[in-house]
Amino acid sequence: MVKWNRKDLLGLEGLSPAEIKLVLDTAESFKEISTRQIKKVPALRGRTIATLFFEPSTRTRASFELAAKRLSADTVSISSSTSSVVKGETLKDTARNIEAMKIDIIIIRHKCAGAAEMLARAVSSGVINAGDGSHEHPTQGLLDLFTIREKKKKIKGLKVAIIGDILHSRVARSNIWGLKKLGAEIVICGPATLMPPEIEKMGVRVVYDLRKAVKQADVINVLRIQKERQDAGFFPSLREYSREFGINKEVLKDAGKDLLIMHPGPINRGVEISPDVADGQYSVILDQVTNGLAVRMAVLYLLLGETKVKL
Amino acid sequence: MNLLIKGGRVIDPANKIDKVMDLLIEKGKISRMAGSIRSENCRVIDAAGLIVVPGLIDMHTHLREPGREDEETILSGSEAAVKGGFTSICAMPNTSPAVDKEAVVKLILSKAEQAGLVNVYPIGAITKGREGRELAEIGELKRAGVVALSDDGNPVENSRIMRRALEYSRMFDLPIIAHCEDKNFSAGGMINEGRISTVLGLKGIPCFSEENMVARDVSLAKLTGSRIHIAHISSAGSVRIIKQAKKDGINVTAEATPHHFSLSDENLRLFDTNYKVNPPLRTGQDIDAIKKALADGTIDAIATDHAPHSEEEKDVEFDYAPFGMTGLETALGLAIKELVEKRILTVSRLVEKMSLNPARILRLDKGRLDPGSDGDLTIIDLNKEWTVKKEDFKSKSKNSPFIGEKLKGIAAMTICRGKVVYEK
Ligand SMILES: [Zn+2]
Ligand SMILES: [Zn+2]
Repeated sequence: MVKWNRKDLLGLEGLSPAEIKLVLDTAESFKEISTRQIKKVPALRGRTIATLFFEPSTRTRASFELAAKRLSADTVSISSSTSSVVKGETLKDTARNIEAMKIDIIIIRHKCAGAAEMLARAVSSGVINAGDGSHEHPTQGLLDLFTIREKKKKIKGLKVAIIGDILHSRVARSNIWGLKKLGAEIVICGPATLMPPEIEKMGVRVVYDLRKAVKQADVINVLRIQKERQDAGFFPSLREYSREFGINKEVLKDAGKDLLIMHPGPINRGVEISPDVADGQYSVILDQVTNGLAVRMAVLYLLLGETKVKL
Repeated sequence: MNLLIKGGRVIDPANKIDKVMDLLIEKGKISRMAGSIRSENCRVIDAAGLIVVPGLIDMHTHLREPGREDEETILSGSEAAVKGGFTSICAMPNTSPAVDKEAVVKLILSKAEQAGLVNVYPIGAITKGREGRELAEIGELKRAGVVALSDDGNPVENSRIMRRALEYSRMFDLPIIAHCEDKNFSAGGMINEGRISTVLGLKGIPCFSEENMVARDVSLAKLTGSRIHIAHISSAGSVRIIKQAKKDGINVTAEATPHHFSLSDENLRLFDTNYKVNPPLRTGQDIDAIKKALADGTIDAIATDHAPHSEEEKDVEFDYAPFGMTGLETALGLAIKELVEKRILTVSRLVEKMSLNPARILRLDKGRLDPGSDGDLTIIDLNKEWTVKKEDFKSKSKNSPFIGEKLKGIAAMTICRGKVVYEK
């Protein structure tokens, strides 16, 4: 049995398949807690968890905070508007201040790649990367893996298509690392302008024809398209984007009945995914949200550790 | 006091000398070299087992004064230089204010004089304020003492202005040192565009950004018949362009930095901002191409691009950190480790790249040990193993990714104009 020996969770690139499986197995036992009438266990009682979000994301933050609360930890949230960063304080200063408050885990979301890594080196508390620029979003990757495993009972050998803005997507990177480590086959598809160079070296196949990409897919993970990318000239219009890369009924007409459609949210309905598909038979988008909570509980629990929690 | 350096292996590529002998410096000038010299009234330096070469010249140094004296001053930069074995350094003009007026040149020269350690040669800006719009008063700059022109940190984006700069500077026999970067391609970029930038999710700077401008600049040098020197070559593609340009008889020279031949983008894995430089660290293939180009003469010089930055400025998110690493004190050790030890260059060829060729490119009366020439010498201990330590840096800034690294080869003594300015 693998043990969790890390102080931080910064990305899936550095995790072993066994470590990933440990998180998923732990999450399975935590998922059950959320179905109880009293959705709370004392596992992290007396522990303090801070969320430090330099980029707005109500959903991810709520998920982490709820996960902490269900484990009976105290939580404090520091948003970029309330933090002193605007006053010229550095990330490190902010971190040290938080640490002086004896916080056990800092959950950070930041628009710069590497910010979580930097924070982890600066503080002795555990650090969870809740998204750093275009780098990684490991808990999203883990909850996607969890959802796939839950529905398909396996990951090895599955064919997963990731569609959209791969260049700027931390979700794509965490998904690619996690899925590869557990033996899935990955196809990525999106406009060539949003395809990062040498992405094939991460072990994926690049396809520009959406229909070919989703053909025989067991899972389609649809990424969010940001409207700003059009202004930056990555593609001509949202209209053209949705015609070339939007997931709709017509694109899925040959899909098998146990196809899974995933999306990290929030959805641009009618752009990257049509409303009928987002709410349709294949969609597991709401399961992802539910599972996100269980996965985050597992991660918090593992980071603070059985051995580290003394009653 | 006169100096008698005894029993060192004297290497002077200009005169094809490589043998053990004595060297006498009188009144600041090299007066004699012979198998054995006897002289009274002089300090005798035992150089047995050491190498005696013309003082090293760094043709690409950022001294930060005036403007950022917290990061480096002309004095602290001079101290770093002599510790690194340099007797001459060329001060890049991206100070604040920029070196685009006689007064700034004079300030640098007088501060350098006060420091009294190394020869400091100011480089003037090509355009006013390094803004790429109007030519600086190049005649005035020349008279004030600049040895070259550069807008380093910025490319001269407008091709018409670059053409005029090349034509105009020719009247003064000043080379243009080109910082080759196509800002349309590099904007927002932080590291080499490729596998590593993809994995790390950092915006990349493609090699094309540099190569596009190298190609333009050698074409302009051909058009104008002027001299151009390409700074800090980072990519295999740039090497190819320069190699071809030289074959075509275009008057182009080039330099590479120690970090571009010692480090690759793989080193960025931990988002350590000390590796954030511009142009960025490229791949192993680029390193190989640069080494080969140093060996075959496509790249003429090794220059540090010494770019000191304060710890506060570097200790931030990768996006927000400035580009550049400190380089004067590690250059020689890295060059010996990567080039001499790995048999890319002989010691004599290394001295060519670090002294003779920079002097030739900049028309400095340096880089050779002719009797009567200035007593600028570096005594090198090729076999000395040492570890780069943060606390040992003389530079005000310690932004070196090589801290903790073991190097072999170091300056044992630096002599400038006949004066011992550094000894280990
Ligand atoms: Zn430059
Ligand atoms: Zn420079």
